[in-house]
Amino acid sequence: MKYKVNEKGYYGDFGGAYIPEMLYPNVEELRQNYLKIIDDADFQKEFHQLLKDYVGRPSPLYLAKRLSERYGANIFLKREDLNHTGAHKINNTIGQILLAEKLGKKRIIAETGAGQHGVATATVCALRNLECVIYMGEVDIERQAPNVARMKMLGAKVVPASSGSKTLKDATNEAMRDWINNPVDTHYIIGSVVGPHPYPDMVALFQSIISEETKKQLIEQTGSDQPDYVLACVGGGSNAMGMFYHFMDDENVKLIAVEAAGKGVSSGFSAATTYLGKEGVLHGSRSILMQTEDGQVVEPHSVSAGLDYPGIGPQHAHLFKTGRGQYVSITDEESLDAGLLLTQLEGIIPAIESAHALAYLEKMEFKQGENVVVCLSGRGDKDLDTYIKYFNL
Amino acid sequence: MNRIKQLFQEKINILSIYYTAGYPNIGDTIQVAEALEKSGADMLEIGFPYSDPVADGPVIQASSKKSLDQGMTLKLLFEQLKDLRKNVTIPVLLMGYVNPVLQFGVENFCKACAEVGVDGCIVPDLPMVEYEEFYKGCFEEHNLSNVFLITPQTADERIHKIDGLTNGFIYLLSSSATTGKNLEVGDTTETYFSRIKNMNLKNPTMIGFGISDKQTFDKACSYANGAIIGTAFVRAIENGNIEERVSEFMNKFKG
Repeated sequence: MKYKVNEKGYYGDFGGAYIPEMLYPNVEELRQNYLKIIDDADFQKEFHQLLKDYVGRPSPLYLAKRLSERYGANIFLKREDLNHTGAHKINNTIGQILLAEKLGKKRIIAETGAGQHGVATATVCALRNLECVIYMGEVDIERQAPNVARMKMLGAKVVPASSGSKTLKDATNEAMRDWINNPVDTHYIIGSVVGPHPYPDMVALFQSIISEETKKQLIEQTGSDQPDYVLACVGGGSNAMGMFYHFMDDENVKLIAVEAAGKGVSSGFSAATTYLGKEGVLHGSRSILMQTEDGQVVEPHSVSAGLDYPGIGPQHAHLFKTGRGQYVSITDEESLDAGLLLTQLEGIIPAIESAHALAYLEKMEFKQGENVVVCLSGRGDKDLDTYIKYFNL
Repeated sequence: MNRIKQLFQEKINILSIYYTAGYPNIGDTIQVAEALEKSGADMLEIGFPYSDPVADGPVIQASSKKSLDQGMTLKLLFEQLKDLRKNVTIPVLLMGYVNPVLQFGVENFCKACAEVGVDGCIVPDLPMVEYEEFYKGCFEEHNLSNVFLITPQTADERIHKIDGLTNGFIYLLSSSATTGKNLEVGDTTETYFSRIKNMNLKNPTMIGFGISDKQTFDKACSYANGAIIGTAFVRAIENGNIEERVSEFMNKFKG
């Protein structure tokens, strides 16, 4: 349990709830109730039933043969890309919408970058007949038109965030402002393991289904639930936290988190938070974030909108600082090349986010017979334009 | 004695003005403070800007962004404030978000406040528990008041706790809202204001958020020791001669 949250809402030096008083009642209501609600047998039953029948879980753990030959190790892909709506994001939105219902909330808000979390939120709101408002940066609205259309079809109102850099960070600010102005009937579904306590823990719990299934599947396929390596990409870090969750206390399993280096960590266009960042407070928790000497948040860059975030969740900051996790980075180009490679070797077009994790395999050295699990967090349909432009397809 | 405590002992219907440092122009910080004192403001809250001000509405967001774009930092602000006490005698608080303070260093921040003659701070996203554990000692050592916010949703028990931790005044938000929303004093707001008034808190109270004219100011003063104006003032000094704009704005509250 040494990497889990403590009773004060901290992971080592990181976490907490750095929020203005206007958000306190909402966050406190969640803090007091989330474990009670999630641990309830009826809640668990409904959550798992929906994950099975609606999301399509368990997602396969697929031994990628041609990829394995290339790297000289057994490469397993955890296929979150096969979930309904195309990514791991829906694990969390299903959990949070059920929780919002238990709290009696009538209105749902969320932020989104690439639109995956927005679509996953709009989807569960349609499913449960709740009002849905999605905040999305003006810049992202332009570059992710199909996801905007999906959210609208699903009945969500998409509100452009026009402050700051007009991307994910600003959409998050706008969603927080909405919550301040609607303190009673609204639940904010944060899409990653960021935000004030209890969000990082709550989102990690809902995403931990990824590693829970992986362990069972590894036993069936390899006879052991202890792989040598587990890899996942990190923006805020929700798929990585879900992938790492049940392996954190297995100290012999190496955890590798892959951040987006953008155009290179020293280029000024990067989202490699652990490399470029310092400790501080962003979006309600103490963590590591990219910032100026004066404490102003720096705009990140990544070709992948889902990794284009200037911070990481507090639990990741803790895994990084304690050395339990290895945090590395991959450039835009390396990730796109890895995406094409997976497509051609295995017939799977990955999201560019997930392609960052795959790209790091190129830099590793394996011993024969080692078992490696990579979280394939999402599918690449949303990224076709980027792939087409880069490869002149 | 701390200037804030003294003010509340001596005056009622206190008018406190918030403005963003380095706005409209980077070098205006002191000039605005002096003009405000001259025009009759009782207390000042100088905002140090932050890139991600989640508790603020569009007007203060825009002023913060402009100030940052013009090069404002906490370091520069403290340099500007070296001249604060040449002509400004009323209490001055700094208001802003916690991350710039963390990067500046809490100890250094408190020391710098004391050196330039700042009397207190309002840091809305600094949690009570953190303040108690890591900041309170340092604030008290430098004779700085720390002001907490409460909203209509804040429970009585928590208000008493805040009252125990505060030693300046309590900032009563008229509703749970980002800055710049209009004050509509309906039955529920009146019930809330009356509830607070009847709690017999040891600290004085100031009502903020949504105060923009004489009428809303007077209304607020009937429930508290005074009121705070931010957005309406920031909007008023956007263009034109600062001294004229400030005096024009402040005249609305006289008589």
